[in-house]
Amino acid sequence: MKRIAGILLVGLGLAGFALAQGALSITGAGATFPYPMYSKWFDEYHKKNPNVEINYQSIGSGGGIKQITEGTVDFGATDGPMNDDQLKAYQDKHGSGILHFPTVLGAVVPTYNIPGVTTALNFTPEALAGIYLGKVTKWNDPLITGANKGVNLPGDDIIVVHRAESSGTTYVWTDFLSKVSEEWKTKVGKATAVKWPVGLGGQGNEGVTGTVKNTPDSIGYVELIYAESNKIPYGNVKNAAGVFVKASLGGVTAAAAGAAKAMPDDFRVSITNAPGKDAYPISSFTWLLIPAKFSDATKRDAIKGFVSWMLADGQNYAEALSYARLPKEVVAKEEKALSNIQ
Amino acid sequence: MSTTTTTVPSAGPLAGSRSFLSRLRDGDEIARLITFLFAASVVLITVLLVYELWQGSALPRHQFGLSFFRTSIWDPVFDQFGALPFIYGTIVTSAVALLIAVPLGIGAAIFLAELAPLRLSDTLEFFIDLLAAVPSVIYGLLGIFIIVPLMRQVIQPQLKQVLGFLPLFKGPAFGLGFLTAGMVLAIMIIPYIISVSREILLSVPRDQREAALALGATRWESTWKVVVPFARAGIIGSIFLALARALGETMAVTMVIGNTPIISASLLSPGDSIASVIASQFKEATGELYTQSLIELGLVLFLLTFILNGLARIMIVVTSRRGSGTVHA
Repeated sequence: MKRIAGILLVGLGLAGFALAQGALSITGAGATFPYPMYSKWFDEYHKKNPNVEINYQSIGSGGGIKQITEGTVDFGATDGPMNDDQLKAYQDKHGSGILHFPTVLGAVVPTYNIPGVTTALNFTPEALAGIYLGKVTKWNDPLITGANKGVNLPGDDIIVVHRAESSGTTYVWTDFLSKVSEEWKTKVGKATAVKWPVGLGGQGNEGVTGTVKNTPDSIGYVELIYAESNKIPYGNVKNAAGVFVKASLGGVTAAAAGAAKAMPDDFRVSITNAPGKDAYPISSFTWLLIPAKFSDATKRDAIKGFVSWMLADGQNYAEALSYARLPKEVVAKEEKALSNIQ
Repeated sequence: MSTTTTTVPSAGPLAGSRSFLSRLRDGDEIARLITFLFAASVVLITVLLVYELWQGSALPRHQFGLSFFRTSIWDPVFDQFGALPFIYGTIVTSAVALLIAVPLGIGAAIFLAELAPLRLSDTLEFFIDLLAAVPSVIYGLLGIFIIVPLMRQVIQPQLKQVLGFLPLFKGPAFGLGFLTAGMVLAIMIIPYIISVSREILLSVPRDQREAALALGATRWESTWKVVVPFARAGIIGSIFLALARALGETMAVTMVIGNTPIISASLLSPGDSIASVIASQFKEATGELYTQSLIELGLVLFLLTFILNGLARIMIVVTSRRGSGTVHA
């Protein structure tokens, strides 16, 4: 049903474009997390360059990867980088590669509801992994109380809440847990949806928030943007440098800067648990997926034009929409990589 | 469906003697052809649907075979997929829904059709039709904001206190789970049962009631012993229409079931259903085996609906035979 609806929508969109003569229309599809950012950018860019119109469908990261591989869109977008198999599938089909371009950053925060506790709790990576593995089952477990001296934590069972549907948020969360816990890595792993050892599934950020709000002694995780715009209290997380950091846009950019030194040339890098004392450890890039080779030169130039605008002026729109901007080092590296698009 | 095969009643021996051309001119043949095409398209769509689901799930069908139905692991990371917890959840939530909705729905239908003044009946019918048209996501929201807190704070602790010795009501009360999903489904399907059953009860011929009353039956006796058995086949039909909706319900279920693929005897436990997991995971599913396993789940749901519909047909045939027997007696 969804697929049919999607096809119909795309069809309608195409019909609309046929009417809007003259403007070069570029279509993209993928990640839902950066959608508010992307629609703002595409809108602003169209105002400045009336001859280019970019149409973006936020169908999800998996869908974005699928569509760009099948060649039905001009560019894709994803919250988790393509894996080697997916890159190979693209290479086999098109005879050329696909490039990742980080656009903005997001973060995931732990949120909880413990009656009587109003202060922001400190979470060590061990505690978070233990809770989500189902090994830390009480709020007064030494792993939690050890980092929260002076907070009176109850001896009640922890009720774990996670996302029910597959999502980029879950990818970032499980990526972090995989890095900090060997047991998590081997038993559960990282993906947009995993086999959860414990817990209840909530539908979307709002489902997780709703369940946590309604259930005493529960813990869940949501996107930083969502927590900020809905005034949801969230805890601090201990980073790789041993400092408890409260998630903030600055902390996320710091995490990216910390990772920038070791940034591979294809930008496929996870920045969870990044080094640096200011870095917030559960952060992630979100990427545009752009083919390395275009058959249509006008489309290629339009997309290159957009990306270089996005890296410069576009970044200034990020913070107003609660996205963390790219660190300078990454911007410089991306500008260089743009020349690889042919 | 069955009406399409019956010929026009007025077409007697005369119709047979008329030439094809004259029938074509009169429009009979055209009407027959067009309506036949419409009817055939239903079959065509069904066949296409099964074909697509079958084709789309080739990979997991070969890899897992029948064990797809037996295993209860659903692990997208390590590519292990089994349908059992979802099949279980679908059946359990639908059963709970029917258990609640059938007595309520039929009771309400009997009142509206037989006992209530006609004006009240028509007014209520308007509201029932309205309820049937409410989108399921609204029922899901109702579930999250009202039913889940109510279940967690009031109903589930009470159930545990009174019936806690049963395995059906063991474990912590989350508010989310099979029972809550079943209740939300029940609220959703009651309008269907009431609306269809009422129409069927109203269509029972007057002389059936009058005969019963003339024999000295009370009003309730004539309703319960004559009218309801007469309408039995139709009422069962309404129940299965409601069941079909419960089996395939996506949004309202996924919002309140807890989305955890486990099999538990406790109705308080969180679970998951086939339609719910497809809706929540298909969008971001990556990897061929993962997406195709979700498509195979669709095939399983189709199969489940097919089997239950078949059972409904058999039940209608059996009971209508018995039902008409009692009426004639």
